[in-house]
Amino acid sequence: MLEIKCPYCGNRSQNEFSYGGDATVKRPSLGKEVSDKEWDDFVYFRKNPRGKHSEFWHHVAGCRQWFKVSRNTATHEIFKTSKINEEI
Amino acid sequence: MSQKFRLNKVGYINRDKKISFKFNGKKYFGFEGDTLASALLANGIHLVGRSFKYHRPRGFIGAGVEESNAQVQLYSGAKTEPNAIATTVELVEGLVAKSQNCWPSVSFDFGAINNFLSRFFPAGFYYKTFMWPKSFWYKIYEPIIRRAAGLGIAPLKPDPDRYEHQFEHCDVLIAGSGPSGLASALAAAKNGARVILAEDKPRFGGSLLTDEVTIGNKKGKDWADEAVAQLKSMPNVIIKNRSQVFGYYDHNMMVMFERTKDHIENPNKFIPRQRLWYIRAKEVIISTGSIERPLVFGNNDRPGIMLASAAKEYIKVFGVAVGKKPIIFTNNDSGYDAAIEFKKNGINPLIFDVRENSESSTVQEAKNLGIDIKFSHGVVNAKGYLKVNSATIGKLNKDKTSYENLYDVSCDSICVSGNWTPTVHLSSQSGNKLKFDEKVNAFIPNQSRQNESTIGSANGSFTLKEALEEGFNKGYNLSKKINGKDNQTSSPTSNEKSYGKQDKFWCMPLPNKKHYKRCVDFQNDVYVSDIELALREGFRSIEHVKRYTTLGMATDQGRTSNLNGLQLVSNIEKKIVPEVGHTTFRPPYTPVTIGAIVGREVGKHYRPTRKSPIHEWHEKNNAVFVDAGLWLRPRYYKQDNETLMEASKREANNVRKNVGICDVTSLGKIDIKGPNAAEFLNRVYTNAWMKLPIGKARYGVMLREDGIVFDDGTTTRISENHFHMTTTTAQAVNVLSHLEYYLQVVWPELAVNVLSTTEQWAGVALAGPNSRNLLSKLFPDIDVSNEGIPFMGYKESNLFGVPARIFRISFSGELAYEINVESGYGVFMWEKIMELGKEMGIEPYGTEALSTLRIEMGHVAGSEIDGRVIASDLSLDGMLSKKKDFIGKRSLNRNAFLDSAREKIVGVVPVDKKTMIPEGSHLVEDSSASFPNPKLGHISASCWSVEYNNPFSLAILKDGKKKIGKKLFALSPLKNTNIEVEIVSSHYVDPKGERVRS
Ligand SMILES: [Zn+2]
Repeated sequence: MLEIKCPYCGNRSQNEFSYGGDATVKRPSLGKEVSDKEWDDFVYFRKNPRGKHSEFWHHVAGCRQWFKVSRNTATHEIFKTSKINEEI
Repeated sequence: MSQKFRLNKVGYINRDKKISFKFNGKKYFGFEGDTLASALLANGIHLVGRSFKYHRPRGFIGAGVEESNAQVQLYSGAKTEPNAIATTVELVEGLVAKSQNCWPSVSFDFGAINNFLSRFFPAGFYYKTFMWPKSFWYKIYEPIIRRAAGLGIAPLKPDPDRYEHQFEHCDVLIAGSGPSGLASALAAAKNGARVILAEDKPRFGGSLLTDEVTIGNKKGKDWADEAVAQLKSMPNVIIKNRSQVFGYYDHNMMVMFERTKDHIENPNKFIPRQRLWYIRAKEVIISTGSIERPLVFGNNDRPGIMLASAAKEYIKVFGVAVGKKPIIFTNNDSGYDAAIEFKKNGINPLIFDVRENSESSTVQEAKNLGIDIKFSHGVVNAKGYLKVNSATIGKLNKDKTSYENLYDVSCDSICVSGNWTPTVHLSSQSGNKLKFDEKVNAFIPNQSRQNESTIGSANGSFTLKEALEEGFNKGYNLSKKINGKDNQTSSPTSNEKSYGKQDKFWCMPLPNKKHYKRCVDFQNDVYVSDIELALREGFRSIEHVKRYTTLGMATDQGRTSNLNGLQLVSNIEKKIVPEVGHTTFRPPYTPVTIGAIVGREVGKHYRPTRKSPIHEWHEKNNAVFVDAGLWLRPRYYKQDNETLMEASKREANNVRKNVGICDVTSLGKIDIKGPNAAEFLNRVYTNAWMKLPIGKARYGVMLREDGIVFDDGTTTRISENHFHMTTTTAQAVNVLSHLEYYLQVVWPELAVNVLSTTEQWAGVALAGPNSRNLLSKLFPDIDVSNEGIPFMGYKESNLFGVPARIFRISFSGELAYEINVESGYGVFMWEKIMELGKEMGIEPYGTEALSTLRIEMGHVAGSEIDGRVIASDLSLDGMLSKKKDFIGKRSLNRNAFLDSAREKIVGVVPVDKKTMIPEGSHLVEDSSASFPNPKLGHISASCWSVEYNNPFSLAILKDGKKKIGKKLFALSPLKNTNIEVEIVSSHYVDPKGERVRS
């Protein structure tokens, strides 16, 4: 069980969080014309890297904040966590 | 006769307390402090079980968790426990144990015929034999294998015991209380660290219990006892015996298994049987010691053959001699320690040492005691079927490939010593890539990947001096690193024997024309010949050899067999061991009961139960409940001997005729506030929200980004910047996370807050033609007319002084209202409504009637919104705004979504107007077509329409709208039904929606 540092609450066990997917994906702006390819990439395509990866996590059983985690997907090492509006 | 192998002068058992127990139906005695193994050995019992595959007679090989043979079945009935390791089972009055994997008895086992047929059961036998023909597998091979395989028998009744989980945090967790573990605990604790010290055995001290050493002028055991007493007195220390740290997980999450009850004669009934500890440790010190390796020779698995270190432990700890004519067979000096202990207790051992010579103080001591030592000799073969009675001894030639001469020696036990294997399981589990150490002749930890350090003999540091130094240093350094304190405890002086050089020779060659079975993995019944065969057949990777031969698998995890197996592969392959590598060590290190893993989360404690504040009223009024997610909701209110169908018809009918009341508290409720709240709803829902007037509700549909319908519900504008959203019961949690995601991650510029208020409000639905009349009685001060509270209107008022929210929304298709009051007033509201509604024929209705009402109105719910449909499939095209963008809109022009022949919602009525159509039935054109019969759609929900008094179902049907009026068949191979049906509109009752607006 991972230990994740919520930027608002501090270190907590993984069972308080839920995983929220790739944090590098950016939703196209509302109302913006986007190509099929662009939209497909946003909805369906995710990289599945072995190694360093930026992810969203949600502190569901805590402060209910979404935040970013930089994690090694192979070793589970967590390099850094940050608030949504901070660079990771 | 009893306990004739018990020694008088040694052991830490309590001879004042005699304990009776039963083994294989016979009564024996032992002492308090014995294990089942030591008590059996005290009574001269070596034969305890049969081997896994060949049913060969087996005895004890070890004295602790390293034991791989002596698995027994404990007790019977619900309390029975299979595969208990007899060396770790503490003796307690009334203990009942029996041998496993044998029939009819351990001394005459029918399955032993496998042993004589063993050349037909080589490695990979099952893979090879049972491959063909395929059709034989299910009916013939599998049942045979199932009957033959397996050791103990699992209990068939529920476990009567209680198990607990405990969560802890500490600075330093230390696994193992030998000299290095105790030293590190003392050093860390005295420097102010929060320490947990775990010992798997009942007694602390590890090797100090059996080794003749002194520490700071005290006997090793006395020093250990004092250290333990000191640690116990410190408030920053948790010290636990009978506790095995069995798993090393991510981010230093350690899991420990504590045995709390089974060793107590009359336990308090509130003590849990076992406890599972989840410990998050800043640093982990692994001081798990090492396990002696067996030597491999002909029939080395016979009862009476065990590790020399185990024989020594039986003497020193339990006062038991495992034999009176023991042979010590060794390739190093530590085997001599066992011989010395035998000799000191008046038993004459014979030592056969494969080395040409050794001149350490240990060997000298043995010589001084007059022990008979033969160098360059070894045991070639053991004889005696149910227990060893003699050994063939061979004098090895110079290069140890054959024998100069062979002769037989009679004996009653053979104690083998083939060097020591550091117990690196936890280190390896932590991600530490082990390295092979030539001097230690085994794998030891290398680079830590987590905050973990291994010390003492687990690290290949076999002298007491090294172990203590490593312990004191590590405990001090780690605690200093954590808390910055600087109180160093220095390592005391110690005294120990010196040990000479070991020999790496470990596997006795076969004499000419002999084909003795030489066992490598006792638990999994893997022999030298099996591994040779696997290699001959081309298996090269050690992981493949493991799976093909089962070497090092199962509960034993290769504790005694791993290194010998690797050495064998490396010898045959002419590679060095590090090139062969090692297989993965997996948790748990020792077996853990399912009960401990599950803990208290059994039965209704498996997950929380959510109840509405009105729950007790429902209970008192004969509600039959149904699970709705975590919620318990009334399914129907049973009167007399009503069936579910009868009750739900009655309840639904009453709604259509009079008025009904339904508890809708479980619907998700989300409070939405902020200057951009309307804009946010406009993006989240598919329809328009900007112009929703204050005091009005609107039905909304949410999509996922891929265009699939996510959830639906009504949202009410309470004030300019304040909305009240409802969701389905099932999606309430997901909708909240979804909203939070968009607000925090995607559109942080929107000033909106969302908060779940599901449990803050008790909600009821009033539905039926009399509901307005009833509402006027409940709220006499307000105008409840169609103008006062129009369809989708909202008003705040008070219910006899209790603040209430009134929504005119309908799920049943009838004139209906929902009233919310604060949870605490839920029962008050309910009872008031029942009281005032009596004269209007009010009756409560449950989820079954609720479903009936919504199905016949064609109102979609979770069974239609199943994660596969888009809005137009549900005839909700009108909800999709063309003027604005919203979540999921861009996906809607995918070709597949634009296909006009998509499956769409329709109504379905059986042609005979009598037969209920099972939910999940497939709709097909030709009911007699052969399988797979082309599926046109499926039945999503069925009810008995109270309006038309015949069955009615909703279905999702290919090109559904065009099939209205057509006849199809609803097939359910599961229920074995085949019903001719007619396709109708999904809006079966009141298609124009006049009632809700009346
Ligand atoms: Zn948090």
